[in-house]
Amino acid sequence: MSELTAPPLAASTGTAQPLRSFGFWLGALILGIVAFAALFGPALVPQDPFAQDLSQRLVVPVWMEGGSWAHPLGTDQLGRDYLARLVYGARISLVIGLATVITSGLIGTVLGVLGGFFGGKVDDVVLFAITCRLSIPVVLVALAVVGLMGSSFTLVILVLGLLLWDRFAVVARATTMQVRNLDYVSAAWCAGTSRTSILCREVLPNIATHLAVVATLEMALAILLEAALSFLGLGVPPPLPSWGLMIAEAKDYMFFSPWVIMTPGLALFVLVLGINLLGDGLRDVLGTRDAR
Amino acid sequence: MLTFLFRRLAVAILVAMTVLTLSFMLTRVSGDLAISIAGPNATQADVEAIRIAYGLDRPLVQQYLDWVQRAVRGDFGTSYFFRERVADLIAQRLPITLTLGLVGLSIALLVAIPLGTFAAVREGRWVDRVVMLVALVGQAMPSFWLGLLLMIELGLRLQWLPISGTGSWEHYVMPGIVLAFSAIPALMRLTRSGMIEALSSDYIRTARAKGLSRLSILGKHALRNAAIPVVSIAAVQLGFMLGGSIVIETVFALHGVGFLAWESISKNDFPVVQAVVLVLALIYIALTLFADLLNAALDPRLRGP
Repeated sequence: MSELTAPPLAASTGTAQPLRSFGFWLGALILGIVAFAALFGPALVPQDPFAQDLSQRLVVPVWMEGGSWAHPLGTDQLGRDYLARLVYGARISLVIGLATVITSGLIGTVLGVLGGFFGGKVDDVVLFAITCRLSIPVVLVALAVVGLMGSSFTLVILVLGLLLWDRFAVVARATTMQVRNLDYVSAAWCAGTSRTSILCREVLPNIATHLAVVATLEMALAILLEAALSFLGLGVPPPLPSWGLMIAEAKDYMFFSPWVIMTPGLALFVLVLGINLLGDGLRDVLGTRDAR
Repeated sequence: MLTFLFRRLAVAILVAMTVLTLSFMLTRVSGDLAISIAGPNATQADVEAIRIAYGLDRPLVQQYLDWVQRAVRGDFGTSYFFRERVADLIAQRLPITLTLGLVGLSIALLVAIPLGTFAAVREGRWVDRVVMLVALVGQAMPSFWLGLLLMIELGLRLQWLPISGTGSWEHYVMPGIVLAFSAIPALMRLTRSGMIEALSSDYIRTARAKGLSRLSILGKHALRNAAIPVVSIAAVQLGFMLGGSIVIETVFALHGVGFLAWESISKNDFPVVQAVVLVLALIYIALTLFADLLNAALDPRLRGP
């Protein structure tokens, strides 16, 4: 299939365009801020994200009329502090993103490397698996599994991890196939190195940079998908403050107070933008040029 | 060309059979279906009765073979909730989803191809940077959030467009825009890189040396060659849009196939869920088959050994 035949790896260009480097650092900054908020935020923000206070429902943020610093970002429909929930939600997004990438990365890389390295029948099977996976409507299947088995944090990670491995496999396969033909691999083969040793010591380190770029993109995708699942009520279960879930809960009030969906939505957008910037910048800083 | 066609068709059929199996396994993954259908207040006798009534007491292999035999003939069973034939339900809702997908794709192509071309012609200058920024923004935007924002702005504040349901073509504009947003980045990038490559090639140099006008070079020569990957990606993006329509349809209350799937998941209506997954996958398989054949027809180098 067309998207499976990646064009040959361009030689390392080495010259990163200045603007793209800027993107890399901006992305890294954004990701750093969110990670900091996720790690230390709950300790720094005094409010409890789960404490309801029905006398303080839908308090506006501090920059609007009637807002106060007691709740800088306002409160939601159950009186829970928005800032606290936002910060806790950062933790959820990042954990799900990382866990999904690790799971899908493992599956995809193993499949891609095996197919690319051994070729022949093994490669045919791997290609077939990738084609089948691409044909499946991912969001629908994820929703169906969570809907049938009940929403839970670990189930979301498992389902997304088992569904998002395709790009890892494609890139791992394409890069392995090119590395396989290079001189130093042939040299190692002639010297009698075992196949596993070649895989681990020659192939893997050289495809790692490409996989790192894919990892950032897949992490962004995983975070967006989890938000969509939670938005539809079939992702992370309440009262956990997943940003997607916060948007869903706020949906009923958005026509009267639009700011309720702005905060979690902006947070999601900025985080995913940051990760994408990081991935693009990584691709340029490392000097690789894959087709997107 | 004929061998290529047969080989691709054979692969497509194999993939379809695999998806058939996967869609069956999908609904059996939660364990005991009878308990889910019976609900939380059912007694053991109720569960047993349901199990026999829906044929869930037969061995799994037999249920699977039954599903395969009926599915290839287009019989997807009966919906537990709607009490209609699933095939009918899907046939009713599919036109809405397809319309939505085509509207989204049209908007995406109308925006992505000119912008991508523009960026390629002015590669490295600020136009290029702005266009790439648009691509980044489009990639990062959560679709459901964009949908809600558009609803508030265009629907409520400015009263330009209706915010839900399907009545007229206006109902498809906002959902179409949201869908397009997800496809524009990929299409734009591809057009841009394809045009950059085409513009630096020999035949373009010849065309310039011959003294052809800039527009003629862009339109007739460069775009035609850059179009090949764009066509196949467009088909793939359409497939993704149809598969991912469930979110948009739920936000804008469009009663398409995606919305049907969401309703059925919430109601544990397994036959419908199974069938929708299968149908959407089959559409995607057909689209990619079409895209591959089109590509092979346009570029003989792709037909394989």
